[in-house]
Amino acid sequence: MQAAATREIRNLKDLVAFIRSELKPKGKILTPFNVITAPILAIGLGLIVYRFIFGLGTVVHEVPGFPWGIWIGFNIMSGVAFAGGAYVLTFVVYILRSEKYHPIIRPTVLNGFLAYLFYAGVIVVDCGRWWNITNPILGNKFGVNAVLFLIAWHFLLYMLTELVEFSPAIAEWLGLKKVRRILNSMTIGAVIFGITLSTLHQSGLGALIMMGKPNIHPLWWTEYIPVLFFVSSIFAGLSMVIFEGSISLRVFGRQMTEEYRREYPDIVVGLAKTCAAVMFVYLFLKALVLIHGRHWDLLNTPMGYWYLTEVVGLVLIPCLMFAKGVRSRNLTIIRVAALLTMAGIIINRCNYVFIAYKWYVPLSERYIPTLAETWIAFTVVLAHIWTFRWIVNRMPVYREVPEWAKEEEEEKIIRKEVAQWKASRM
Amino acid sequence: MDRRTFLKTLGAGIVGLSLTPSGVMAKMADGRVEFMGVLVDTTRCIGCRSCELACAEANGLPLPDIEDDSVFEHERRTTVTQWTVVNRYETEKGEVFVKKQCMHCCQPACVAACPVKAMQKRPYGPVTWDLNCIGCKTCIFSCVYDIPHLEIEKPAPKIQKCIFCWERLKEGKLPACVEACPQEALIFGTRRELLEEARTRIYEHPDRYVHHIYGEREIGGTCWLYLSSVPFDQIGFRTDLESTALPEHTTGFLYAVPFILVLWPAILLGMYNTTKREEE
Ligand code: SF4
Ligand code: SF4
Repeated sequence: MQAAATREIRNLKDLVAFIRSELKPKGKILTPFNVITAPILAIGLGLIVYRFIFGLGTVVHEVPGFPWGIWIGFNIMSGVAFAGGAYVLTFVVYILRSEKYHPIIRPTVLNGFLAYLFYAGVIVVDCGRWWNITNPILGNKFGVNAVLFLIAWHFLLYMLTELVEFSPAIAEWLGLKKVRRILNSMTIGAVIFGITLSTLHQSGLGALIMMGKPNIHPLWWTEYIPVLFFVSSIFAGLSMVIFEGSISLRVFGRQMTEEYRREYPDIVVGLAKTCAAVMFVYLFLKALVLIHGRHWDLLNTPMGYWYLTEVVGLVLIPCLMFAKGVRSRNLTIIRVAALLTMAGIIINRCNYVFIAYKWYVPLSERYIPTLAETWIAFTVVLAHIWTFRWIVNRMPVYREVPEWAKEEEEEKIIRKEVAQWKASRM
Repeated sequence: MDRRTFLKTLGAGIVGLSLTPSGVMAKMADGRVEFMGVLVDTTRCIGCRSCELACAEANGLPLPDIEDDSVFEHERRTTVTQWTVVNRYETEKGEVFVKKQCMHCCQPACVAACPVKAMQKRPYGPVTWDLNCIGCKTCIFSCVYDIPHLEIEKPAPKIQKCIFCWERLKEGKLPACVEACPQEALIFGTRRELLEEARTRIYEHPDRYVHHIYGEREIGGTCWLYLSSVPFDQIGFRTDLESTALPEHTTGFLYAVPFILVLWPAILLGMYNTTKREEE
């Protein structure tokens, strides 16, 4: 591996040969994970192709009045919230310059980028007239005042900025020194643009459902849905970072440096602290909304219990667990809290999309996902994981950056110091 | 204009209302365009379903068997092949028949939601659908009357819903259902005049009608208006709707977008420079 990373690529032929050698699988093929997931993936991809040829109706049931299901609620709405870790961490590392979190920035940005790639991909599967999908971007009629129009643009632009943020790793992988230098200099611009876009589309996903006010249970509908979506994307994203990190530690542990392993518990505790604080803010907002909405009576109905399950069981409790985990530096509690938080986010987003949506419709006429639909939803998640693994095994995501790139970084620091030294003598 | 047509339309007094080339549309003296609408007087409807048949004929949909009364056993929704349906309700005043179709909201949520303007509010009121649609179903999600439907069984699905016979209106014809109704339960005219007519009927027969015109205020008002002898919740209408038009719920967010787009990068850049200086 190290050999590949340090090899110089001089011309196109080298590049092609290199990429070809990298396309081959690395490591053992017949691992339990592969054996279980490969068939799921294969069947799922088949189902997706089938859906495109024969129509949506072949994989989802028509349930009148329930246009959106788990693809929107789980893959897109929750997936994008989980991808929020990228903008939060780029903010902390590049804007606030907290070096502590630098080691996890690459996996997080990569994970975020792939989340957008695959979950925006789900939009194509879900859209009935998917061949028109470029219309919001390239069409001749723009619904400029439609929230979804904004989201479409933001998704596209944000994917580009995340690609720019991650691209130095690609350049290091390919050994492209000059390119890396250029890409590296673009990072801060991409970060600022990326955070702005994220603020807007995380809240935008909330704004998308606001027009459905009469269709959404009053305990959930509030004019602050966009704010709640934005705030919850912060702890959703960080929980995902904790979750992904603990799995990666097991799977890619061999690639990680000693230093990383030593610092890792501190990083997790720091993330958990932020999660607890932001969740507290979120709960505070939720409480304000509840008081403001005066729907106390509704709490004592089946929907009310469901609401409390979400807010108490899957926000308040994990929030306290995070706090506890931070105090006792107990990574296990923190990991469990992260899982609960993520479950809470999925339930929250699905509530808006099909559970608390048209809550007055009796169960027999409600949307229930089909097997094929669920299968596709998980296929996309698996495709995301496979791609993540493929990249981590090849590019410097967890492993150290190649020597030449390190030298370059050092040179940059020296140059800066020389300049400062000169300036101080003037 | 024969007597029948006259009874089905209101608004002979409007300048420029015509049933000839420019279509059945009203322009006021000052050139402003008015929304056209239909007033449905449910006290007159006999449940003959002629409107259903006429709608299917006019729009190339499968023809319903209107002799078959068994359809009244369950409340029906509109579907991709039935843009309008007549339902029967058991009420405190006996059986009431109610025609259902798109309400052609004055400020439609489906139109505001559409990212490609495939759903459009036409100048005279009809809400229509166009082929550049991406099938995202946000219009369906946002409609409170459960009206638009996507043909998910087809590889190239369309959104199907009542389009207020937009093409017929342009040709100067009445909506097919209005033309077919033998009872004058449906009358076509400008929304303003239909409201006047509805109010007159309530005033003249205060015992016959509940004193509410459905669609006058609901979610910002609708072009289709209803009169009823019984409270509207007994005949399948949502009575919990506020008068705020649904698109207004997102305007706050949409106004904030340009501000955030300009302010956020400036703030972030400022922070970046502050931390940079601190570091040095
Ligand atoms: S009733 Fe529904 S489909 Fe018809 S205009 Fe209103 S929002 Fe649109
Ligand atoms: S499904 Fe079509 S008509 Fe409806 S909002 Fe989406 S693009 Fe517009």
